[in-house]
Parts: sequence; C-alpha cells; structure tokens
Amino acid sequence: MASDRPNRLFRNLTAKIAAIPMILTAVCVFLGGTVWTVVYSFTNSKLLPRANFVGLDQYERLWGTHRWIVSIENLLIYGICSMVLSLIIGFVLAALMDQKIRFENTFRTIILYPFALSFIVTGLVWQWLLNPDLGLQSVVRSAGWVSFSFDPLYNADIVIFGVLIAGIWQGSGLIMVLMLAGLRGIDDSIWKAARVDGIPLWKTYIFIVIPMMRPVFITTLVLITSGIVRLYDLIVAQTSGGPGIASEVPAKYVYDYMFQGQNLGQGFAASTMMLLAVLIVIIPWAYLEFGGKKRG
Amino acid sequence: MTSVSIRDLSLKFGSLEVLKSLNIDIDEGEFLVLLGPSGCGKSTLLNCIAGLLDISGGQIFIGGNNVTWSEPSERGIGMVFQSYALYPQMSVEGNLAFGLKNARMPKPEIAKRIARAAEVLQIEPLLKRKPAQLSGGQRQRVAIGRALVRDVDVFLFDEPLSNLDAKLRAELRVEIKRLHQRLKNTMIYVTHDQIEALTLADRIAIMRNGIIQQLASPNEIYNRPVNLYVAGFMGSPGMNFITGEISGAGGSTFGFGDTQIPLERYPFDREDRPSKAVFGIRPEHISCGTAASAEPFSIDVEIEVVEPMGADTLVWALLQGKEFRFRVDGQSDLRAGETVRVGFDPARASIFDAATELRL
Amino acid sequence: MANPTTLAVTAAATDAASVKLSGPQGRKPRRRFSRSNIFIYGTLILVAVYYLLPLYVMIVTSLKGMPEIRLGNIFAPPVEITFEPWVKAWATACTGLNCDGLSRGFWNSVRITVPSVVFSIAIASVNGYALANWRFKGADFFFTVLIFGAFIPYQVMLYPIVILLRELGLYGSLWGLVLVHTIFGMPILTLLFRNYFTSVPEELFKAARVDGAGFWGIYFKIMLPMSLPIFVVAMIIQITGIWNDFLFGVVYTKPDVYPMTVQLNNIVNSVQGVKEYNVNMAATIITGLVPLFIYFVSGKLFVRGIAAGAVKG
Repeated sequence: MASDRPNRLFRNLTAKIAAIPMILTAVCVFLGGTVWTVVYSFTNSKLLPRANFVGLDQYERLWGTHRWIVSIENLLIYGICSMVLSLIIGFVLAALMDQKIRFENTFRTIILYPFALSFIVTGLVWQWLLNPDLGLQSVVRSAGWVSFSFDPLYNADIVIFGVLIAGIWQGSGLIMVLMLAGLRGIDDSIWKAARVDGIPLWKTYIFIVIPMMRPVFITTLVLITSGIVRLYDLIVAQTSGGPGIASEVPAKYVYDYMFQGQNLGQGFAASTMMLLAVLIVIIPWAYLEFGGKKRG
Repeated sequence: MTSVSIRDLSLKFGSLEVLKSLNIDIDEGEFLVLLGPSGCGKSTLLNCIAGLLDISGGQIFIGGNNVTWSEPSERGIGMVFQSYALYPQMSVEGNLAFGLKNARMPKPEIAKRIARAAEVLQIEPLLKRKPAQLSGGQRQRVAIGRALVRDVDVFLFDEPLSNLDAKLRAELRVEIKRLHQRLKNTMIYVTHDQIEALTLADRIAIMRNGIIQQLASPNEIYNRPVNLYVAGFMGSPGMNFITGEISGAGGSTFGFGDTQIPLERYPFDREDRPSKAVFGIRPEHISCGTAASAEPFSIDVEIEVVEPMGADTLVWALLQGKEFRFRVDGQSDLRAGETVRVGFDPARASIFDAATELRL
Repeated sequence: MANPTTLAVTAAATDAASVKLSGPQGRKPRRRFSRSNIFIYGTLILVAVYYLLPLYVMIVTSLKGMPEIRLGNIFAPPVEITFEPWVKAWATACTGLNCDGLSRGFWNSVRITVPSVVFSIAIASVNGYALANWRFKGADFFFTVLIFGAFIPYQVMLYPIVILLRELGLYGSLWGLVLVHTIFGMPILTLLFRNYFTSVPEELFKAARVDGAGFWGIYFKIMLPMSLPIFVVAMIIQITGIWNDFLFGVVYTKPDVYPMTVQLNNIVNSVQGVKEYNVNMAATIITGLVPLFIYFVSGKLFVRGIAAGAVKG
C-alpha cells in the first residue's frame, strides 16, 4: 500500500494547484485588500498611502462632513424605499403572473429587460425622461394641466426619489422573478385546501402563502441590501450627485475623495463604513442560514 | 334523498374528453370509493364534485341542492388531500380554526367544534403543535379534522394514504373505517389501492379512461365483475382467463383445446351465447389435490413455479400451455415440475363475450 | 355492433333516472371581462407601459432632429426620421480630447469583455469542479471567503487593487481591467459551477476514476461536454455584467481605453455647449444593444442565470 500514498497526494495536488487562483484571490484580494484598506483608514494618507497613523481622525472628519451625512441620509431613504417598494411591486407582479395568464412570457420579458441594461443607460434615460423642459413635465403641461410639476432632478428635497423611480424600474424585474419562483414552489393542494375552507384569495396570500415564502423574502432582502450599498453608477449618470450635493451617496464619496480629491484617508474611512454597514446585515443572516454547518 | 348525485357529468380539456357523461347516485352515509389506475379520471372526478374544477356538461347535486356552479366552500364538502395541505405556519388549532374564523363564527362556537373534532380524532394533545412536528398519521388526522370542524355533510378523500408506508397505511385505513362508522357521513374516497377499496367501501366505482366500468358493492365487483377489465383489475394475483368457445344447447359447455367445462351451474346474466368467449376463474376459487376431484370440474396441470408466501402458497402452473395460477395452503409441499389435479365450480366463474368483453 | 364502453356506462349507472333535474347545468358561465380579469390584465398592461416607456422614448428621441426635439413632446413619434444622431454618436461624438465617437468605446468594451469572460469562466469552472469533486483541506474555508467577497462593497478593495495593478505594470491598461473583472467574476461563477457539478451524479465521476482518468482528464472529457447549458448561463452573466460595468472601468483605465459605459457617461454629462439629446439617446441605445440582444435571444437561460447569480450560497 505504500505506492498508494504518493498517488493520492498527487491527485489532490493537481486539484490544489488548479484552485490556486481562487485561493490567491480569496486571500490576497478579498481578505488582504479589505484588511489593508481598513488599516490605512487610520492613517492620514493624501495622494499616496502613508503609514502615518492618526487614530480615529479620519472618522471624526468623515462624520463631521456635511456631504457625508447627506450621503448617508440619501442611502437610507433610497435603501428603505427601494426595499419596501421593490418587494411589494415584485411580489404583486409575481402574484399576478402566477394566475395562469396568457402572454406570461411576454410580460416577463417586458418587466425584466431593464435588468439587462447598465445603470448608466438607466440613469441617462430617466434623466432625459425627467427633463423639466422637454420631458414628462412638459408633455403633461402642454396637454392642458399647466400647473403640473414633476421635476425631481432639480429639487434638492426630492431628487433622491427621482433616482428611486429609475432604480425600481431597473431592479423590480429581478425581484419578480425570484418571487415567482418562490410562489411556484408552493404545493398546489394548499391553494385547494384554502379554497375548500372558503378562504378568499387575498387572505390566502397574506396569511398562508407569504408566511410560507419567508426564506425567499429573506434571501431577496439580503440581495437588495447588498446591492443598495453599492449605489453609484445610477447617481453618476442621472444626477452627478446634484443638484449641489443633494443626491450624493457613500460610494460616490469614496470615489471622489480617493481618486479626485487626493484624500485617500477619507476614501478609506468612508469605504470602511460601507463595509461595516454590509457586515451588520450579512453576518446575522449568514449565521442564521448556515449556523454551525460552515466549518468543513 | 340522495346525498350526492351526478348527472351526465362530462369534462373536456380542450378537445380531450376526460370524463364522459357520468351518472352516480350516492346515498346518505354511504362510503363510495373511486378506484382505478393512474389517469383514469378518479381524482379529476373528485375535484369536479368538490368544485375545484369546472365541468363542461352535466349537473352536480349535493344534499338536494344543485351545486354545479357553486364555489367549493358553498357545497357542504370537506376535503382531505394526499399531501394533507396543512397550513405550515399555523398550529394545529390554528389550522382547524382558520376557516371558521374566516366565516366569522363566534369564538365559543369555534372552540366547541375544535374540542369535539379533537376528541373524535384523538388529537387533543397535539393542538398547540405545528404541522412540521407531527407524524404522517397525525397530520392526516388533523387534515380530516379541518373538514370535521366545518360540520360538512360530505367528506372527500384524494388518495390520503398514498404517502404513507405500508404498515401505517394499514393502521390508518382501519381508523378511517372507524371514523366512518362513528360519524356516519357520506364519504367519497379516491384510491388506486384495491385493498383500501375492498375494505373501506360500501360501493366501489371502477373507472377507466373517464368512464365508470362498474359501480357496485365490493362483493359484487369481486365475484360478478361486469366486464373483462374489471375482472382483470381486481384481485392479486389476477383472475385466470381461458379463451375458448361456447357450444351446445343454450350454451351448455365451454370448450378449449380438447377440454369441455359444463356450464349448467353457471348463472348467465344475458340471453345471447356468442361462440367465442373468455372463461375466468380466480386463483382462490380453485381447489387442489383430493378436494379438486370433488369439484364439478377438474383437470390436470403442470406446475412451473411455486411461490411460498407464508399463510398460503401461490402456484404458477400450465394449463394446456397457458399460464394458470391457483392458491394452496402454506403448508403444502408441491414442487415445480409435478403434475397435479385442480378443480373448481363453474358457478363461481365469470364468462365474458370475447368480442364485447361483457359478462354473459 | 354494440360499443362495449357505452354499454358499460349504462350497465354501471345504478338507480340513475335520466330525469334531468332543474337548475344550473354544464359549464359555469365565465365572463371574458370579469372583474378579476380586468384587474389582472389591466394592472399588467399598465405596468408594461411603465417598463416600455423609457425604451420607446429612447428610440423615438434618437430618430428625431434637434428642432423637433425642442418642440417638447418626447412621446410623439418622429415626424421625420433621421439616422444622423446615430452616425454622430458612433463616429464623431467627443469625449475629452478624442472625437471619434462611441466606436472607440465599443471596441474597447469588446476587447475588455471577451478576454475577461474567457478567463473568468475558465478559471471559475475549474475551481467549481475542484470544489465539487475533489475535496481537500481548507477548500471550504477559501470558498467561504470568496463568497463573502461577493457581498463586500467593492469600494473597500478599490485602492489595494490599484496598488496591485501598478506593481504588475497594468494600471490604466485594458489588461489590467481584464484582470480585475476576472477576479471579481470568480465568486458568483465558482458558486454557479460548483452547484452545477455537484448535481452531476457521482457515479459518472467514480466510473471515470476507475477507468484511470485524472483531474484534467475528467474535466475535459466528462464534465465539459455535459455542461454546455451552464457555460452559456455563465457567459450570459459575465457578458452582461462586464459590458455594463462602470465603476471598474472608470477607476482602472485611462481615457483612451475607456469602456463604452464610461465613454457614454462622458458624452452625455460633459457640460460642453448645447446638449444634443438625440445623439445622447442614440449613444445610450447603442451602449445598451449588446446586453439587450443577449437578453432577448437567451430568454429562459437569462432568467436561470440571474436566479443562479442571485441565490448565493
């Protein structure tokens, strides 16, 4: 049996060698890069990284910057509204599509196609649609409703909602697809039993089906959350952060300070905060989902 | 007044006719079993009676009311599904109460009904548990309970025991029978399992391709099947079939090969005596050895295979080269290759017209 | 001759008097335009309008001349169709110092996407295969880290990668961006392939081992040929994701190798002179054409792809 051992080692060795890219990436880039950024967020690097540690200085400055506070607020508003609205819209659409309708494929194709587009394309199209002089507002006005006002992109208070319209347009298709898959996983006889019991359809959805779909909802929520934190392209295309700084978001703050403001330290601190926000959501979810069966 | 009546019920899916002009009258308190292979339409028929499927033609009456266009919940029926379909997020109590709460029943009434159902089905200790914490048999009882609390006249069962293992199936089968004896409600039960049908039913409707082949008591179906299909379907192992010819005055003999079976004792249902016929006799109606000679007809057969099955032994023999099965006591010591005498009484046989497949 | 089946029916019918009782019979009348139908289809049609409107506006705007656009009704179809905005967008639009239109960005994107897709899929499929069939110590741990990497906001890793690329001499070049896309494509794709290969019956794998095939032998002779669908799904995910990317494009490239999305943004949002909306919209459509084409052609596979990419772990 001695001849067996080197053979076995060799076979696994090939697998190990083949997996080197994955290992390298995982360790160096993901782990290593993240740790590096976090560590350097405690320095006062400007144009180039400098190992000059200044404690929580960057963070104090970060939270004292108006632009950052606005970014956080915008992200919160956008995030919560996006989550609630896309879940509702996605679910309602899925419920409608589940009713054995004709043209299901057509409707799905139409609802989902925005997902195939870049955020830049989405942002630019909706910027054009919401153009006050030539877009939606002017069309409605010229149709007779002269005082109609729908100009979110130039109104600092509600610009984030203008972005929200575009974001939901792009993203709800995915939610619908996921919800539909979840709905289709529900056993047929549950619907029948509820019908025999005399439960009206809407109650069946709310009290029976939706509770049964809890895992799907949770997974979807986690997905939406991790996508929201990365909100960047859409803002850049649709509003460039404006008017003024009214539609700034953390991801943009990071980019601007890191690559244009020559203030790496701030950029690192801001991205560390973003990381923190994601971890706060991901870690409890991962623990709940995978509990003890992780350590393989 | 009949409890459930179906008149000329037919169902089409597109151009495919799935149920063909069915007529059934079910008495109050009767236990009717719809029996047949997959695809025969039995579950479809049940769903039509329940109101879950819209029919294409005919009428349905429950408790004297024309319910052809009524919603399932308005028909006075309760239904138990193969997968039980218990609402997973609610407790047993919640499952039982949900339909009642929806009907705005006062709380004391709901509590009373749940208590009564729990007592009948012996699920009192389970009321606070969730379906995931129950065994298959317990879930089934809760599913029945859900119909029970609504105080319905007719219970519909859609293959409720098919998901259970053999032992549990046998236990719960008896429970359902006990339940029927206690509650005395009309029950319509769909299954593909002959044993369930024979043990539970007051009457069985054997279905094939959307048509009822025979609707009669288990005894009748077993001993006097109305056509070749029913005869071959019931019984395990199935009936022996011998093709041959009827001849003689008034059809006095059945001949096959160079053998003649006298038919004076056979109770003909029909007048006509076609020449070509199929003679059927069940393995369990055949005697062997010395007892065989005492029968009105006996013949020698050559044993091919002997299958000892504990209580009895199944013998596969050759009768003029064709397969012929019969049962003997488990203690007998017949061997393959032996020639043995078997006999039977033609009165217990079933003879069918070879062309129309109907019983003569 | 009597039909056995109908005879069976009449034989089987018990005390069924063929007296037809009164009342409703046959099919329940269903109005075509019932309340629920109107609600369902009505809502879906309204929703469809919401989704189709921007596409319609994009196309229509791109086919109009500027004077017509200035009239103000973006929903009106073009009175006079002109393809000039398209030509302009493609060949002469200006980004910064270059005025050779989107064609530059298009070819850049092609040159970025093709190698990225090839490399990321090649590596990830081997990774997934190794994880699914050849378990070794620590594999699960590294995989977990990889998956976490898919959730972490990219911003945290932006600068370290800049340093990495600078060290490799790739910063600002096409190949640097290719490397970045390959790296970030790995989590989802590895998961995709791993899940797929896990579902391949292990007997196949064992039989091949018994026949003497090794790691690479099994991969090329057995796994690859039977995983064509999943490769297509992976390609769809990658092509769409990489083509539509903006962040990595804008961070890791210099202006003359900008991918299409970055160039598009510059063309439209650069505040120089009069805004040519029709050219902008034409440029937008051209940028969206490739992923849209893939979407419409791939149908169900696209759905499968995003479901797979979306369901992590």
